[in-house]
Amino acid sequence: MTAQTVQRGDLVTVIGLEVHVQLETETKIFCGCPTAQTDEPNTNVCPVCLGLPGALPVLNETAVEAAVKIGKAIDASIPEETRFHRKNYYYPDLPKNFQITQYDEPICQDGELEIAVEGERRTITIERAHLEEDPGSLQHVGGGGGIDTAEYTLVNYNRAGVPLMEIVTAPDFRTAAEARAFLAELEEVLEYLGVFDAGRDGSLRVDANLSIVDGEEVDDEGRIGTEALEAANRTEVKNISSHKGAEKALAYEETRQRNAIQRGRVVEQETRHWDESRGITVSMRSKEAEKDYRYFREADLPPLRVSHWKDEIPIPELPTARRERFREEYALGEEAASKLTSTKQVADFYEDVAREFDPDLAATWVADELLGELNYRDLEITDVAGRLDAVHRLIELVDGDEITAKNAREVVLRGMLDDGDDPDEIVEREGLGKTGADEVEQAVLEAIEENPEAVADHEAGEAGAINFLVGQVMAKTGGSADPGDVNGLLREELE
Amino acid sequence: MSVNAFITETELEGTDEGPLSGRTVAVKDNISTAGVRTTCGSKMLAEYVPPYDATVVERLKAAGATIVGKTNMDEFGMGTTTETSHFGSTDNPAAPGHVPGGSSGGSAAAVAAGEADLALGSDTGGSIRCPAAFCGVVGIKPTYGLVSRYGLVAYGNSLEQIGPFAQTVEDAAALLDVIAGPDERDATTREAPDGEGTYADAADGDVDGLSVGIPTELLEGADQGVIDAFEETVETLESAGATTREVCLPSVGHAVSAYYVIAMSEASSNLARFDGVRYGHSSDAGGNWNDAFGRTRAEGFGDEVKRRILLGTYALSAGYHDKYYKKAQDARAWVTRDFDEAFDEVDVLASPTMPVPPFELGESLDDPLQLYLADANTVPVNLANLPAISVPAGETNGLPVGVQFIGPAFGERRIVRTASAL
Repeated sequence: MTAQTVQRGDLVTVIGLEVHVQLETETKIFCGCPTAQTDEPNTNVCPVCLGLPGALPVLNETAVEAAVKIGKAIDASIPEETRFHRKNYYYPDLPKNFQITQYDEPICQDGELEIAVEGERRTITIERAHLEEDPGSLQHVGGGGGIDTAEYTLVNYNRAGVPLMEIVTAPDFRTAAEARAFLAELEEVLEYLGVFDAGRDGSLRVDANLSIVDGEEVDDEGRIGTEALEAANRTEVKNISSHKGAEKALAYEETRQRNAIQRGRVVEQETRHWDESRGITVSMRSKEAEKDYRYFREADLPPLRVSHWKDEIPIPELPTARRERFREEYALGEEAASKLTSTKQVADFYEDVAREFDPDLAATWVADELLGELNYRDLEITDVAGRLDAVHRLIELVDGDEITAKNAREVVLRGMLDDGDDPDEIVEREGLGKTGADEVEQAVLEAIEENPEAVADHEAGEAGAINFLVGQVMAKTGGSADPGDVNGLLREELE
Repeated sequence: MSVNAFITETELEGTDEGPLSGRTVAVKDNISTAGVRTTCGSKMLAEYVPPYDATVVERLKAAGATIVGKTNMDEFGMGTTTETSHFGSTDNPAAPGHVPGGSSGGSAAAVAAGEADLALGSDTGGSIRCPAAFCGVVGIKPTYGLVSRYGLVAYGNSLEQIGPFAQTVEDAAALLDVIAGPDERDATTREAPDGEGTYADAADGDVDGLSVGIPTELLEGADQGVIDAFEETVETLESAGATTREVCLPSVGHAVSAYYVIAMSEASSNLARFDGVRYGHSSDAGGNWNDAFGRTRAEGFGDEVKRRILLGTYALSAGYHDKYYKKAQDARAWVTRDFDEAFDEVDVLASPTMPVPPFELGESLDDPLQLYLADANTVPVNLANLPAISVPAGETNGLPVGVQFIGPAFGERRIVRTASAL
């Protein structure tokens, strides 16, 4: 939305996000327990993550490295000294009944991330990003199975202590689609950094604040004053677990609030729960007083001085930059460049083949053929990481004109993915090797000699006749000749 | 006759060979012992058996010590008399009918009664030095960060250290040698700067040329009998070649207030984990989790613990945080500065450990504020993270008196040396 289109009386939607991402580390943030997911409850636990009396936290440096990488990627500042605080509240999934988190001295401050929505680029301000520990998880059993209807609740502490990064944006989004684009871009960036696994259950959790303000509060640069933001009642929508879910939840919430305002009703300031299965948000608790978490410094962890790590820890080229470079370096269109940088693994593989073969051919084979076939099988490139050498060989065969594109796609690639065979094996077994030129020429001469009627028809100007002859040649060569080549050879002979 | 020094008697043998082979050690019951219940003197943890050993317990075992029991204490370390224990009070072996001091009263009493050669206590605001003084034994509160707190059930985690009790300065120092040193499981431990020899080696009684500062503020309001005993101690040091002079610590008048705000604030958070879900007392009354937590805590904690949790919660609350907690942190910084300046002028500081001799059992229970003020000389040391030792200094009316020597950070050898001259 641009400033010119907003006027007094228009309703403008304002959205801010708090994104919790689980960081990919071998061990938990304050103890040596594995973070790997397991079905057996309460097995990845120790005195520290269970909050046993006397246990003390020790900071996992890998989690700090991940935070520094994220800080670099979002161009945030990393202060000389950062600290941990205790956030005090009682909840059954919280082993110590306080969470070790960061408060007024977070590790990443004042960052930004660029997104593109419908071709328009926007920069989203990231106010802060901080490290904290994940609580355990609750399972409500019996009764209605809900949080207030269950007969009893089980607690699983396997998740307790998994490192989290909480990323807080400014209220910069004006549409649900922008929020989704941001989350998708953020996920992509985090995966590029190797600090996040989107496939992991519960690895992304979003709380979104949404309010509606009058258009007159929007200044010429599309910004809205703090006073107007604070005056507007906002809802906090919880339980969002994907970028798609975020768009749906926020679109629903936006409509709900706009309808209320248009009917002259007041929007309650409240926390709402996104019910994914019903596609609606429901009120959790209304008119709640501001929670008092009684933050204070965590004396068990000394202050952290890691600002110099920013210069010591390298990060890979990020998706936006790589997309731009692909467009220039390999002369790719926007869509192809976008597809080819969607994950780091895809981009790395593309560059691997584009360096060796024709970049256009490589783009077709990676973006269309390979990703298409993977998508059809509901697979990711990471699922076939061990087969990429074989795909490389297949592209080599096509590039070297040793098999037809059609055969490569329909027979070889599918066979490779479905049966795990090697491309050369398949070509050999199916006799797909392109027939030698002499053999094709011989077949062309034979076809002309054996089909005088078709030759006469062709000379009389009948368009379909040549196709009949091509079919004859293809039959003689067992389909291994290139139909285009055959067509050309026939025309030469018949002139 | 037993003085009720132990909550749980046991016999945990260490390795055969080590500096503490053949020595018996009593361990305060807020220090985790694998397989032996660790109650913190509370109904809340009356049946709690830790699955792991505190780092200091591992070190005791590795040094060949035999752990003979877990000692009585004020509930979660909150007290000056050991009378807030859920397991009854402990009598003072050196002054029967009187309290042993607290909160590590059981550890001091076990050593004074000869029920253990050595003991470990913990000191958040004087909980080693007070019972050492009251029971006529030696106790050391180490520099914050010298001894691992891993396995010590937290009360005021920015203030407390585990430390030794013994009949002699040399024995106490030898036990400190065993438990001191960095621990990868406690991120606040630090490597002490190199010193000459062990802490026990420093107990050579050589105070010739040592300058001793006497903070006048720490004599104000003290019992006359205590002052007399203290002055005799000062004369002993002077006759051994030490020089003495008065110094000023203007900030210590605020130390008790600051200490209690900080310790209670931390306690309100540290003790939040006792909710009956994973371990410890659990109310069998039904209701939702919030009711269950509330009942469990109402039943499991004693009055003094509840008082401190409530006050600490209040001090950290929005609207009061700046008025109490933040102000207390400012006072803490001020106390630290005062000590730093004093150590520019003198080598060690000396004061009575407690301004009064031991109370009679039951005497002080009704007036918490009076009791808090009795910590005036011990709490500044914790606020400043410094080491201090309490050594016996005679008697007043047949009741033990202790003096305290305070050193600069990691100045353990210096205070051991001073104390060994008595």
